Amino acid sequence: MEARRQEARTDAHDSPPPAEPRDPPEPARPAGPVRTAEAAEAAEAGLVVRDLAAGYGPVTALRGVSLEVPRGSVVAVLGGNGAGKSTLLRAVSGTLRFHRGGIAAGEVSFGGRRLSGADPSAVVACGVVQVPEGRRIFARMTVAENLRAGALGARGARGRRAAAEARDRVLTLFPVLAERARQRAGLLSGGEQQMLAIGRALMARPVMLLLDEPTLGLAPMAAARIADTVREINAQGTTVLLVEQNAAMALSLARHAYVLEVGEVALSGPAAELAASDEVRRRYLGIGDDPAAPAGGAPATRPALARWPG
Amino acid sequence: MTTFLELLVNGVSIGAVYALIALGFVIIFRATEVVNFAHASLLLAGGYVVARLHPSIGFWAALAAGVAAAAAVGALVEFLIIRRANTASHGVLAIVTIGVDIVLTTELTRRIGTDVLALGDPWRDRVVRLGPVSVAETRLVALAVAAALIAAFLLAFRHTGWGVAMRATAEDAEAAALMGVRRGRVSMGAWAVAGALAAVAALFLCVFPTPGLDRGTAFAAMKAFPAAILGGLDSTTGALAGGLVIGVTETLVTGYQNDLAFLGRGAGDVAPFLVMVVVLLIRPAGLFGTKEPARV
Ligand SMILES: Nc1ncnc2c1ncn2[C@@H]1O[C@H](COP(=O)(O)OP(=O)(O)OP(=O)(O)O)[C@@H](O)[C@H]1O
Ligand SMILES: [Mg+2]
Repeated sequence: MEARRQEARTDAHDSPPPAEPRDPPEPARPAGPVRTAEAAEAAEAGLVVRDLAAGYGPVTALRGVSLEVPRGSVVAVLGGNGAGKSTLLRAVSGTLRFHRGGIAAGEVSFGGRRLSGADPSAVVACGVVQVPEGRRIFARMTVAENLRAGALGARGARGRRAAAEARDRVLTLFPVLAERARQRAGLLSGGEQQMLAIGRALMARPVMLLLDEPTLGLAPMAAARIADTVREINAQGTTVLLVEQNAAMALSLARHAYVLEVGEVALSGPAAELAASDEVRRRYLGIGDDPAAPAGGAPATRPALARWPG
Repeated sequence: MTTFLELLVNGVSIGAVYALIALGFVIIFRATEVVNFAHASLLLAGGYVVARLHPSIGFWAALAAGVAAAAAVGALVEFLIIRRANTASHGVLAIVTIGVDIVLTTELTRRIGTDVLALGDPWRDRVVRLGPVSVAETRLVALAVAAALIAAFLLAFRHTGWGVAMRATAEDAEAAALMGVRRGRVSMGAWAVAGALAAVAALFLCVFPTPGLDRGTAFAAMKAFPAAILGGLDSTTGALAGGLVIGVTETLVTGYQNDLAFLGRGAGDVAPFLVMVVVLLIRPAGLFGTKEPARV
């Protein structure tokens, strides 16, 4: 019900500029050669966010945000507190209504399929799965039950074998979760909880993973471990949208990056370029002001970069 | 001593029935964070269907129909009211359920009128003797059925996908939604299961030694509220413990009424609420609860 209401609202806001010609409403046209080519192109596109505006009642948190995450890539979204990063992920996953928010305008699609206005379960069924900020594991349930919960909305055949395969993959990636399987998840350390949160999301066998500040509150060792894991997950074929305040870590992983500032995309470009740009170095890597910093030495200094002070 | 044992068996039996009602109350609270004040009317609806149908289709079919009807009414209340209003606060929804309760109970008591409807159960007024202790057969059946249903429910809650989805939603609805759990389904399932359990409870509240289903049955069902609340609104264990405490207290106080004459007549009806108040004074979240009712 909620979803429909939200969609209706979205449509109302959408109506002045009717749907753009290159993006026709799904079932409108009969399937022809042109449509097929378009569909194939859209399927390649991965996640596409176009002119997105979203907010919470009177509060506008995102304005005219457009970004793309091509299939198979890692894309980073950087920004300070309150920039709208989590709002962006909530808009993709369809969970804004849990915060009494909604999409005011614009569109989100994945592989050509429209996600904006869809129910969170439909988004998961499309293969787009989010690991929320602050981990949000089910602390009162065991580690094994958390993983089981992750498989509840899995795409396609929810067969036992598919779930068992997903579990094997997760436990190979995070052996510690196998050791702690029967323990209550609330008793895990912060780093282990983050592994569980990622593992739980992987149980849904995602095509695309949305990570909201996965290194938040972790010691450098644990953060590095998460970074390695993200790299590995991507190498196994999962597309990743990585939201981070830890710009150094995010830029080392991503191919492309966007910088959000007060709800708008302030900068975007290839990660290496952003890492080298003066503005990003000064504002997000906290090193540009140091006159002694060697100009253009970003790649070499990257491991030593500080966290963006926030 | 014999009297005490008889009272104890009866108390545990009625307590198990209260536990069935309280369990439904708790799962609705866990799945939707709504305190369901319409629970007694779900129970009345189930019992009413059994009472009306058993002469024509037989007891067992009527019981199945009553359970299905109460489950359907529960699911319908969820679908038509709770789900649509899910931006409203839980406190507002709790008040809405009072409205639902008034509408349903008024309509059902109007239909029942001054009648006392028999439910046509096969146990009638037979009494079983266990040594010196004699107990109504209905009480033993009630105990066995309630125990079996509670065990089945708890196993399902622990081990099935439905149970995992339910607990995940109860703990963090947004995180559960991010796992693809459909909240509407979980919440509707909770209401339906609660309705079904309430219908079974209705049967055992109306059989011997109670004369049958009448307009007072809803009041009898109300005694399960203190059971749920003193156990802890969000705890299934609490529902069981609360049901037993209330059932045993009520039966003992009623049984020894003559010795407790200073409490006045009808002390048995009041005792459950007194026990609840005392427990809440000592443990505001209930015996096993983690959320205080104030949170509602
Ligand atoms: N539930 C909410 N209700 C009202 N406003 C909100 C809510 N959540 C976020 N906001 C507002 O929306 C804006 C964007 O918040 P958001 O949480 O998306 O930022 P963020 O980039 O994720 O920040 P952080 O790095 O601190 O997590 C902020 O101005 C914030 O105050
Ligand atoms: Mg955030």
